[in-house]
Amino acid sequence: MVAPGIPEVEAAAGEDLGAGSLEQAPHLLAVVDHEPEVAFPIRRLRATLCQHQELVSHVDERHSAQAPAKLEVEQAAVEGERLVEVVYLQHHVIYADEARHRTSIGFAAMDPAIELQGLERRYGERVALAGVTVSVPRGATLAVLGANGAGKTTLLRVLAGLLRPHAGTARVLDAELPRERWKVPAQVGYLGHEPLLYRELSGRENLQYHARLHGVDGSRVADLLAAVGMERRADEPLRELSRGMAQRLAAARAVLHDPPLLLLDEPRAHLDPAAAELLEPLIGRASGRTRVLVSHDVDGALAEANLALGLRAGRQVFAGAVEAEAARELYR
Amino acid sequence: MIAAAGAILRKDLRLELRTKESVPAMTLFTLTVYVLFHFGLDRDSLDGELAAGVLWVTLLLAAVIGVSRLFAAEREQGGIDALLLAPVDRTSLFLAKGAALFLFLVAVEVVAVPAFGLLLLGPGLGGALPELLLILALGDIGIAAVGALVAALAAETRARELIAPLLLLPLLVPVLIACAQATEPFLRPDQGPEDLGRWLTLLTLYDVVFVLLSVAVFDYLLED
Repeated sequence: MVAPGIPEVEAAAGEDLGAGSLEQAPHLLAVVDHEPEVAFPIRRLRATLCQHQELVSHVDERHSAQAPAKLEVEQAAVEGERLVEVVYLQHHVIYADEARHRTSIGFAAMDPAIELQGLERRYGERVALAGVTVSVPRGATLAVLGANGAGKTTLLRVLAGLLRPHAGTARVLDAELPRERWKVPAQVGYLGHEPLLYRELSGRENLQYHARLHGVDGSRVADLLAAVGMERRADEPLRELSRGMAQRLAAARAVLHDPPLLLLDEPRAHLDPAAAELLEPLIGRASGRTRVLVSHDVDGALAEANLALGLRAGRQVFAGAVEAEAARELYR
Repeated sequence: MIAAAGAILRKDLRLELRTKESVPAMTLFTLTVYVLFHFGLDRDSLDGELAAGVLWVTLLLAAVIGVSRLFAAEREQGGIDALLLAPVDRTSLFLAKGAALFLFLVAVEVVAVPAFGLLLLGPGLGGALPELLLILALGDIGIAAVGALVAALAAETRARELIAPLLLLPLLVPVLIACAQATEPFLRPDQGPEDLGRWLTLLTLYDVVFVLLSVAVFDYLLED
């Protein structure tokens, strides 16, 4: 089955998939093997490569005098091998435009998901963020580290479009903030300190309300309640649930509209280990989404991040790969 | 936009049914004020201008309670952030909040107006009920439009309990004048509509202007 709605994938299914067509359609450089609807073109590429290899062997064994033919076939095989290596051996995953075809493991085939350049945000005279410059590839996880009051939550709120940047540039999933703020909400899942749920409503009612706001089919609510292990207590008012249960529902709310970008502020706060494991496919690295993760657990955050941003009093201390010991300096 | 406004309105009505924070407080307030007037004025019954003034000033003051609580759930439970994080037009929030306040006022008046008739009014209201309902509806639309606007403006301020009535009541003076003037002839012993069309036109114009104005500026009120 071919991925519907992605012209490059649909077109690729009907033709030989060579290096040229892959280069012209970078979407194809990000197909996920476990998503069968988009994996077809890659399987076809593999089959084509096998045919080329057979031809090379055939030429080697029987027609060694026909050098030009051999060269041509070898070139195709090498090209095919290179592509397969990219896709399979290095575990790079293909990116497709639609959220449902999103990918994982830090492969930046497209524009970065987040690009900040000299970002600044003030509260009155107080500078909350200044000079923040970082680029986060699609599918990657950025760990934001820093002591209390370093500006971590402010950064998340700016990225979510809840606060305006006062200087610098900020691009979030192709939306330039604040000018194109309207593009952001549909693409961002925000899990902050507050669950953003009404205490007098049940978990199901809260999620149904958010589903209506996001134009999401109501059936997804039941699926998510099951995914976060809250089916049994879904109809109890939120005020009667523990903070950890509210956090599970908040995680369900954050991914209700299947956003490609997650902004997570201490997402595992109040969760027991079993609940944290339960939420992993939704908000963890396994979700395949681009993530910005604020955490005080330096080792944990660095372990699941591709790059890190260190903040001290709103100023950027580091951005990129960092050793845990250097990150801990932020808290001293 | 209408679907989102419907979702927010349903949520607000459900919250009000569960918490019973606004409508019972507003109703109790109006009943208490009518009783206070009953004893304070030391009269068995009112009519004419005085009766119209007491009716509408009390309803406006009750509306202040509703306006102060209109964004309480959003403010206290992060609902405004949740709305800003949803891909919905902010006008839908204004429409929902305005509709919720309108329905709260109607619920209050279902109890308060008959109580006013019983406690304070000399002549009965029965003969002028259709006209009175029309005046109440137009007055409520104006109060709801301005109330939702002021509630959003005050929601993110520290002195919101102070700011809401200080902004709301002066803006509602035209509503008070038009409603009281339109109602007054029906509260006299010799009931009969005088200049009713003029006051209803004024109320309609006020409603249209403030609904349009609120729709135009509501987006900016929620900017950080």
